[in-house]
Amino acid sequence: MILYLLRRVVYAVPIALAVGFVCFMLVQIAPGDPINAIVPPDAPADVVEQVRKDYGLDKPLPVQFGLWLSKVVVGDLGRSLATGRPVWADLRSAIGNTLTLAFCASGLGFILGCILGGLAGTFRGSVLDRGAVGIAVAGVSVPHYWLGMVLVVIFSVQLNWLPAMGAGPGGSSDWGWDWEHIKHLVLPAITLSVIPMGIVTRTVRGIVAEIMNQEFITALRGKGMTRGGVFRHVVKNAAPNALAVMGLQLGYLMGGSILVETVFSWPGTGLLLNSAIFQRDLPVLQGTILVLAMFFVALNLLVDLVQTALDPRIKRA
Amino acid sequence: MSTATTPTAAEAELAVQQRQAPVRSQGYWAGVWKRVRRDPVTIACALLLLLMLLAIVFAPLLAPHDPYQGSMIRRLRGIGTPNYPLGTDELGRDIVTRLLYGGRLSWFMGIVPVALAFVIGTTLGVTAGFMGGKVNMAIMRVTDVFYAFPSVLLAVAISGALGAGIFNAILSLTLVFVPQIIRVAESVTQGVRNLDFVDAARASGASGFTIVRVHVLGNVLGPIFVYATGLISVCMILSSGLSFLGLGTKPPEPEWGLMLNTLRTAIYVQPWVAVLPGACIFVTSICFNLLSDGLRQAMDVKG
Repeated sequence: MILYLLRRVVYAVPIALAVGFVCFMLVQIAPGDPINAIVPPDAPADVVEQVRKDYGLDKPLPVQFGLWLSKVVVGDLGRSLATGRPVWADLRSAIGNTLTLAFCASGLGFILGCILGGLAGTFRGSVLDRGAVGIAVAGVSVPHYWLGMVLVVIFSVQLNWLPAMGAGPGGSSDWGWDWEHIKHLVLPAITLSVIPMGIVTRTVRGIVAEIMNQEFITALRGKGMTRGGVFRHVVKNAAPNALAVMGLQLGYLMGGSILVETVFSWPGTGLLLNSAIFQRDLPVLQGTILVLAMFFVALNLLVDLVQTALDPRIKRA
Repeated sequence: MSTATTPTAAEAELAVQQRQAPVRSQGYWAGVWKRVRRDPVTIACALLLLLMLLAIVFAPLLAPHDPYQGSMIRRLRGIGTPNYPLGTDELGRDIVTRLLYGGRLSWFMGIVPVALAFVIGTTLGVTAGFMGGKVNMAIMRVTDVFYAFPSVLLAVAISGALGAGIFNAILSLTLVFVPQIIRVAESVTQGVRNLDFVDAARASGASGFTIVRVHVLGNVLGPIFVYATGLISVCMILSSGLSFLGLGTKPPEPEWGLMLNTLRTAIYVQPWVAVLPGACIFVTSICFNLLSDGLRQAMDVKG
């Protein structure tokens, strides 16, 4: 198993490099000279040439990639065109906010999904099952940015219970775990939780139904085990797969929260990306995508490792 | 008469065969159709989608107003306004008309990337699965890289770098779905590749191309197709999402995601008018999802 874990970690390195290359290429495929991503459009011509030399943009592409990579690994993601500040400075606080939102949303989705999926899988074919499956299909089919708007219309515009925008009072972007901040978190977190809720429901329903059909469950029942005891066995068997699905969902939410963050003006990476797209601020776009994608690669790896550790049946080494 | 009352063993067997004959002669697709017919949810979704398709195709005949012509004195009317049953948008354009015309682009952007990805992904995936070895390695390792991006992020990244526009949005969405279809195509092809009839065809001298065309494709297209229909719903949400972010469709073109974006500022004035385009996306997407689930069951595709 140690060998398998090691191999898995080593295999993540070329993937991470390739992901880095795709992010590097983002600026290359953008229409126009990549130099425009570094200097403001009104810079004089000799300055542009100087910057081109400094950045090595007159060298062949592979060399450029190497230069870019050597900067990125020490945390230099370049400077924003719009603000002139280092990309990493803005990105750091944004990542914190996105993580807060993604963790709450995936936690909520996971809990709801496990309850719905567990009930549906246990009472397969019942009204309960049909209801849970219906909710799951709706959860994966709903355009979540629209659901966000609907929730704002109901709870902010009509009922005036919860704030519609921002992450804290007065539009502050610093997060804290007090009531005022949590009130801002409720609607975006519910909105973002519907997708993992739907997917976890489907997965857990499948897993539980499969486990319930196995002979050892019948045997446990036959020897007179209580419902709670059987339940514990089912949970133990279902946990590795359910957790794996959840881990990946957390990663999808990190990347996918851009739409929900736009609806709620949540000051995270999504809003940062949105304004970068709006201003064609390519360094910010590239840096944000790179960090989010790397986070996803790391999360994939972590999920694999945890799953291997949790499930003694996996001996792939 | 006497033979009918006391049939011989051979006759009895014949009778059994005759009774089974119509069942056996029934083709695969007839069986699928029979199962679909018994599934009211799938039928309802298919009918609803057909209705929507007709409505958006015949939008010029059905629409009561011009989709681009607004009026400053009729901005943001509510639902139930005379002549404007679903109200007007921020530029005074009729919502019913805009929804009808908007469906055209939304459907187009929901289906075209999946169709393109289906063709490209099936070609590459079947090649990888059938050839194996180094070709498989090359194709699948590149696929892994794109899998390392969450799909929304990848679509936003490529569209964001290329800039707004329908063509760029379709390009980025196709790139999002190609790796997913490659994976499915590769795995089902590998399942078929080692079956006996493929070996038999090879032993009787069929070339690789003929085997793929005659024996492999017929067995893998069904599962890949079902998977692809499930992607239409995702694609529609993503493409509308791109338009919602200001990528994808540009104003004044009517498109559900873009309408949702421009009406977003109006949620304090006409909240229920503002959420209508999203409801259209939701209904279409849930119908495609249920249709795909129904097809999956009827065609007995695993996974």
